[in-house]
Amino acid sequence: MEGDEIMAKTIEEKQYLVRFRCDTKSHLEVKDENVCLTSCPDKDCTIFCPADVYKWEGDRMHVGFEGCHECGSCRIGCPYDNIKWEYPKGGHGIVFRLA
Amino acid sequence: MGDRFDVIVVGAGPAGTSCAYTAAKSGLNVLLIERGEYPGSKNVMGGILYRKQMEEIIPEFWKEAPLERPVVEQRFWFMDRESMVTSSYKGLEWGREPYNNFTVLRAKFDQWFASKAVEQGALLINETVVTECIVEDGRVVGVRTDRPDGDVYADVVVLADGVNSLLGKSLGFHKEWKPDEVALTVMEVMNLPKKTINERFNVEDNQGVSIEIFGDSTQGLLGTAFLYTNKDSLNIGVGTTLSGMIKKKLKPYHLLEYVKTHPMVKPYLEGGETAEYLAHLIPEGGYKSVPRLVGDGVVIVGDAAQFVNAIHREGSNMAMSSGKMAAEAIVRAKEIGDFTERTLDHYRKELYRSFVGKDLKKYKDVTHTFEDHPQYMADYIPMLNKAANKFFTVDGSPKKQKQSDIIKGFTKDKGKITVARDLIRAWKVMK
Ligand SMILES: Cc1cc2nc3c(=O)[nH]c(=O)nc-3n(C[C@H](O)[C@H](O)[C@H](O)COP(=O)(O)OP(=O)(O)OC[C@H]3O[C@@H](n4cnc5c(N)ncnc54)[C@H](O)[C@@H]3O)c2cc1C
Ligand code: SF4
Ligand code: SF4
Repeated sequence: MEGDEIMAKTIEEKQYLVRFRCDTKSHLEVKDENVCLTSCPDKDCTIFCPADVYKWEGDRMHVGFEGCHECGSCRIGCPYDNIKWEYPKGGHGIVFRLA
Repeated sequence: MGDRFDVIVVGAGPAGTSCAYTAAKSGLNVLLIERGEYPGSKNVMGGILYRKQMEEIIPEFWKEAPLERPVVEQRFWFMDRESMVTSSYKGLEWGREPYNNFTVLRAKFDQWFASKAVEQGALLINETVVTECIVEDGRVVGVRTDRPDGDVYADVVVLADGVNSLLGKSLGFHKEWKPDEVALTVMEVMNLPKKTINERFNVEDNQGVSIEIFGDSTQGLLGTAFLYTNKDSLNIGVGTTLSGMIKKKLKPYHLLEYVKTHPMVKPYLEGGETAEYLAHLIPEGGYKSVPRLVGDGVVIVGDAAQFVNAIHREGSNMAMSSGKMAAEAIVRAKEIGDFTERTLDHYRKELYRSFVGKDLKKYKDVTHTFEDHPQYMADYIPMLNKAANKFFTVDGSPKKQKQSDIIKGFTKDKGKITVARDLIRAWKVMK
């Protein structure tokens, strides 16, 4: 249905509407992927991240930092304090245009 | 940059800009540093801006500021799967001067507000991250930025760097927030023609509605959803404690879709076009999470200090008042020529004397109580709906019988004592 498309149902559709001024360097870094692999069966960051930045690829974590909203949830919510979290370089990262 | 200022304010949100505006207006030499492309580009808010605290900074701001609609009706929905119990107040006096509150879109509003601080003489530098405070002999003397030659010095540094406050943490003023001290909130701005909004919400052009939605909107988790009217768009969002989201293995954007497609909500959004999707944390730890506020040459204001009243969704106003009070303490310190913690502590004292401190204190146990006792969201709102259903369904049984059935229904599942205890507990933390 056409009406549904513009209501941005999926996270991909939602993210498509957001403006990002991407840096070339990631501001997010998983400190030790071995911790994700061996100690963190639930991999919560792949669930609660509102921008679907973290994707577990079987043996490693893909970090799509380009789509990050810089909310801070992953830094606070990772049970192993396993995410190094910085702000993107000044002027870079997410650029909200409205609210 | 190499210069020296009286005050450096980090972050051009409502807290930082209020502080910069007030300090600059008093004749201080102010540098306001913002990491975003422009003020507001990193900031998210459901959208209710309170007239009172804004007016104390810029009188009659509504004549000039980019506002959406003055809110004339506040609705509260206690929602179950297929029903809701509602309460509301509509008052047309709120649509006239001096107004009560307004819906705003922060990207526009923050830019305008920062430009007013610049008019007062503050220097605004965008696209610049403050990476650390420069500390000498235990005293904050300036900031380091990510610009080349990016050290700048000042008598006082104001940390208005929002909920994540990496700077407050690096100074040791607070530890990392715990997942139950923050709410993860996602929202969308949906374009909808003005005429449709007016008809659907039963208002005129310059009248707005705010709706707070409790219960099924967060699937029983501690949190709320909201729906606010802008001029020709709606803000729809939902948030719960990060700890709740993690425990329930919920994806925030799935929860948002759940709210958007809920049969009570959906008709309001019909035909709307999503224009933007936004995620942000709200500090909701309350009184007990407030960090150290003052040090030698440094103060913390706004979200960075956990100044949010989650029960009444007040954050921007506490940010503004705290920014203003910090500026006043700094002006006073300047007169004395002493910027130690002892002098700047005036800010902390005034803050706790004001509505910010008093309201935080009044609700100090609310978040913890409701987080530890999920029955308020998960059980009582459905029970309320069942009771209303029973009472208003015309099925031939007398009203007196209905009332007694309802009370029995309330106590049957949980037992009288549990219900009584829950009610007393809720009364105690809210009173
Ligand atoms: C979804 C949502 C709905 C809300 N609804 C309401 C509402 O309806 N009404 C209400 O009153 N409140 C509401 N709030 C709360 C309100 O948005 C905040 O309380 C308010 O924005 C706090 O203002 P602040 O200036 O302290 O922080 P912010 O507005 O977050 O500003 C912090 C600023 O600092 C900048 N910054 C951070 N670190 C650095 C650094 N190192 N260097 C340079 N710059 C930096 C950021 O880019 C940002 O501009 C809501 C919040 C959310 C997330
Ligand atoms: S939550 Fe932390 S430890 Fe677990 S998978 Fe994510 S980054 Fe790794
Ligand atoms: S900061 Fe927020 S949006 Fe960015 S990766 Fe972490 S959880 Fe996801």
